[in-house]
Amino acid sequence: MENTDKRRELQVSAIENGTVIDHIPAKSVFQVVKILGLEDSTEQILIGTNLESKKYGRKGIIKLANRFFEHDEINKIALAAPSATLIVIRDYQIVEKTKVDIPDQVVRFVRCVNPNCITNYEKIATKFIVIDKEEIRLECHYCEKVTDKTNMVFI
Amino acid sequence: MKNKSLVSIDDYSKDEQLRILDLAAEFEKQPVQKILDGYVVATLFFEPSTRTRLSFESAANRLGAKIIGFSDSGTSSVSKGESLNDTILTVSNYADIIVMRHPREGSARYASEVSPVPIINAGDGANQHPTQTLLDMYSIRKTQGRLDNLNIAFVGDLKYGRTVHSLTFALCNFNTTFHLVSPEELKLPSYVKRRIKENQLEYLQYTDMHDVIPKVDILYMTRIQKERFSDPIEYERVKNAYILHNDMLHGAKPNMKILHPLPRVNEIEMEVDKNPSAYYFRQAQNGVYVRQAILASMLGAIK
Repeated sequence: MENTDKRRELQVSAIENGTVIDHIPAKSVFQVVKILGLEDSTEQILIGTNLESKKYGRKGIIKLANRFFEHDEINKIALAAPSATLIVIRDYQIVEKTKVDIPDQVVRFVRCVNPNCITNYEKIATKFIVIDKEEIRLECHYCEKVTDKTNMVFI
Repeated sequence: MKNKSLVSIDDYSKDEQLRILDLAAEFEKQPVQKILDGYVVATLFFEPSTRTRLSFESAANRLGAKIIGFSDSGTSSVSKGESLNDTILTVSNYADIIVMRHPREGSARYASEVSPVPIINAGDGANQHPTQTLLDMYSIRKTQGRLDNLNIAFVGDLKYGRTVHSLTFALCNFNTTFHLVSPEELKLPSYVKRRIKENQLEYLQYTDMHDVIPKVDILYMTRIQKERFSDPIEYERVKNAYILHNDMLHGAKPNMKILHPLPRVNEIEMEVDKNPSAYYFRQAQNGVYVRQAILASMLGAIK
């Protein structure tokens, strides 16, 4: 009986084709959802958070059916979840497993921390140069001020 | 440099900066040269800055260009809610080059991306004011005969003073030793100091101006504003320490010159104006030659 339950659980959570984003810091799961714009998706999505992880304490996981990402697209989430692992699933099998990379440039999805920056007044896509990938420091292409982990807001 | 916008001092390489200073020296010898006859220069001042605007307009006039523009966004379509994008795209139909001052940081960079004509940033909030930096460099080179290996003191509000930040960046290419004199609350920000360190240059920090004056070639004064202090009592305590008097200048080197981006309020006593070290009004005059050089080279009137 117990075994059958476990199996059923596995069946519900496994996906035939798509992408699994694993090892997301638990507090960042919904940020990742927002960054990838998953609210508007019509495909099956399974979101888990505060799951036990030997490595990270508590982690989050997102399973996306029939969704595959270009490298640039998925790197967006690196700012919120630098520890995330990306697993590509085809026919229930893992075909690729990669770590996310911090991109060189961040366009459109982070707000500039400077309240007097022109991007906070006009309809302009924000744009940052990543000047420090370890500490995650972003220099605004427009006002030249630095936004970092402590004050980063995702649009 | 033709058709290339000037938004930040880093947009010009060291060689390009020096090229502007050389050209400015030519305009100082012969200020009236009608080489921009038939050109239209737009001066768009989304916030008032009479001094900077008049300096640009004087420069354009001496080159024979015509000037259009506004001196306060309250009297322009901006007050009707027009976006910066639309203002720039419209005005670029009327002018060959746009000089702009805007209260928001990054506005000039954005304008340079949407504008088909070159943009000169005449100040974007607290961010950049590159023509001020170039005229400061011109004044330093003219009074000292060189830019390399000088001892330069910045005095006053080094935290918010954008002229100090930009000039520091530019001088990092010239083996400068920086003497930074400010109240504790208004020290030079760490990102500017980092740039000095990255260039393996030295900076020394002080709270008292007296010991610094005999050591330096340039004494660059700035205004300390009361509203910058979180504690008004602290302002009252320190304000007099950053006012320059004639009797403080006795031990100064003979070549030492006092600069100030102006406007001055009370940080340099009027008595200093007649001191041979005072150079701030000449500095403002140099601004016209430097802006002539920038306008002429950006419009391709001079190679």
